[in-house]
Amino acid sequence: MEFSTIIQILDSAVRLSTPLLLACLAGLYSERSGIFDIGLEGKMLAGAFAAGAMSAYAGMPVTEGGLGMTWGMAWMGVLAAVAVSIVLAMIHGFASITLRGNQLISGVAINFFAAGSTVLIGQHWFRSGGQTPPLSGAQRFGPINLPFADAVKDVPFLGPIYEGLISGHNILVYIAIATVPLTSWLLFRTRFGLRLRAVGENPGAVDTAGISVVRQRYAAVLIAGILCGLAGAYLSLGTSAAGFVKDMSAGKGFIALAALIFAKWRPRAALGACLLFGLLEAIGNRYQSIDLGAFVVPVQFMQALPYILTVVILAGFIGKAIPPAAGGEPYVKER
Amino acid sequence: MNKGLPKWADVVLIPLLSLLLAFLVSGLVVMFIGKDPIQAVQVMVSGALGKFGIGYTLYYTTNFIFTGLAVAIAFHARMFNIGGEGQAGIGGVGVAAVLLSVAWPHWTIAIVAASLGAMAFGAAWAAIPAYLQAKRGSHIVITTIMFNWIGSALIVYLLVGPMQAPGMVPETVGFSAGAAIPTLHDIFPAFDKHAPANVSLFLALIAAFAVWVLVWKTRLGYEIRAFGHSEKAAVYAGISPLKIIMVVMLISGGLAGMMAVNTVQGEAERLILDTVQGAGFVGIAVALMGRSHPVGVVLAAFLFGILYQGGGELSFEMGIPREMIVVIQALVIMFVGSLENMVRIPVERLFVRFDKGAA
Repeated sequence: MEFSTIIQILDSAVRLSTPLLLACLAGLYSERSGIFDIGLEGKMLAGAFAAGAMSAYAGMPVTEGGLGMTWGMAWMGVLAAVAVSIVLAMIHGFASITLRGNQLISGVAINFFAAGSTVLIGQHWFRSGGQTPPLSGAQRFGPINLPFADAVKDVPFLGPIYEGLISGHNILVYIAIATVPLTSWLLFRTRFGLRLRAVGENPGAVDTAGISVVRQRYAAVLIAGILCGLAGAYLSLGTSAAGFVKDMSAGKGFIALAALIFAKWRPRAALGACLLFGLLEAIGNRYQSIDLGAFVVPVQFMQALPYILTVVILAGFIGKAIPPAAGGEPYVKER
Repeated sequence: MNKGLPKWADVVLIPLLSLLLAFLVSGLVVMFIGKDPIQAVQVMVSGALGKFGIGYTLYYTTNFIFTGLAVAIAFHARMFNIGGEGQAGIGGVGVAAVLLSVAWPHWTIAIVAASLGAMAFGAAWAAIPAYLQAKRGSHIVITTIMFNWIGSALIVYLLVGPMQAPGMVPETVGFSAGAAIPTLHDIFPAFDKHAPANVSLFLALIAAFAVWVLVWKTRLGYEIRAFGHSEKAAVYAGISPLKIIMVVMLISGGLAGMMAVNTVQGEAERLILDTVQGAGFVGIAVALMGRSHPVGVVLAAFLFGILYQGGGELSFEMGIPREMIVVIQALVIMFVGSLENMVRIPVERLFVRFDKGAA
């Protein structure tokens, strides 16, 4: 295999793992605080729609009823995505924290709501089968060329790695990667993080210490909402889709959950897990069918590979993953 | 839980109030996309219950009884089987494999064989997630969802590869005439000739009765419910979690697979792509609505049958996309399921106050 091919596959792995990583970290905050979040998928999808719709609207000329902006439309999209995702996160919080309802059912409902309402509203607004209008220019996030990328391109080995792999992604990719050390620091080096982890392990103890379990959990769910919004915005503004397409999250929220378990709820390991899933998808995309001589691996198998791998990883061939002790359990204060 | 709440309030009043809220919010969504919700209700009801529509409504009802029972029986063991979609799809492969294997002389034999094929394939598709849950603790919600995706890829592979009929269309050859099961029109001429509802509706009702017997009248059912209430207590009583999880999930997958008798043998009469069309997911809403009780499931399945058929009319007559049904379904799951306490707590307070007043 050519070295440039490897770089291309790795580059595509980074792009494909970005939404997984953002969603995975979202799940990490939520689950570390004791709230299961099956609804990552739906929040991501709703975010993707909001981002696509808002960015299109912002860039539409005033004469056609838009805002007529010429720059910053993509950021408007991000704001909309985060806002919508936060609303869904708060519904999940209300159901699972305040009303002490079933967290799995709440997440499933949010996924269906997002799947249905995005098409419904998209059709109402744009009348093209639930898609948002194609985005171009500043309505999307373009690649950022890091300094000296062109200059060092011809340096053997390191040059292509810097130019082809590290440089040339859009801003959301770098934000996603920067979120990893930020999350590590927040969770393991701050008082907020200590409390967040504590409500996921032993909410009673946190309550006894005079700290509000409810507030702490809402904060975690809120952060999860923000990150899912970013993941969604990446799908519609940062990929070649260039706009929202019906059901574009395609199970990424669930794969992110599997990555979270694989990573045993740790931020740095989450980065590794998501990169692994991204890499598999990249390989699947590049090699549509593999000829093994005796028989040909069919394209459908390659497409199902990330899902198959998710099952394999969940089967725990990677050692035991122990979830936060109070995960999924509503906290009932003693009376 | 239900302190001071009579049983009828718990079983009937609270779900109905929650459902009402879900419909109210659905109405707001309809208004949001610039349509008239009152008109939408009229279109749905007349479209779903008219002479033409009822045959379709009952066809969908049949699907939802099967998938609803599948989710419901898993709920009794506190398992969340969200893989009905994949299990029903693979159940269709089972139906096709059985019906294509020989020329069936009569539909009565064919439907029994097809049912066995559907159940076996559906159960097999649930078996791996069940085993991984029981043995390795892998989260059944995520694995069953993954199996939905894997299943749909497998069906595409089969229909463009080994099972494909000559030609370019991704479908199998048609089943032999002996495998065609009677539609409701064949039995009761009052039904419209084109309506797809068929005798598998009766299979669904039999299945509902069988689930009731199993859950409430057998030792296994008792063990399932005991396990669902408290795994620890069940283990202490000598009930094996591995056995319960496996048995419940195999039954659940088998019930979901049975849906294919209705869609693949009854309607399409060959295996085509996307026979399930979301019915596996509707089963979740149906099971929640029906309080995991077979009677409730049948009623809720009929309600969703009306919604599905009526939803088709909505896109026809008012230009509201079919996805409206998915939104209604989501809101029902939300209000009847996760937001239930929003209704329950005030109702309980009311009852407590009423009781005090009476005493």
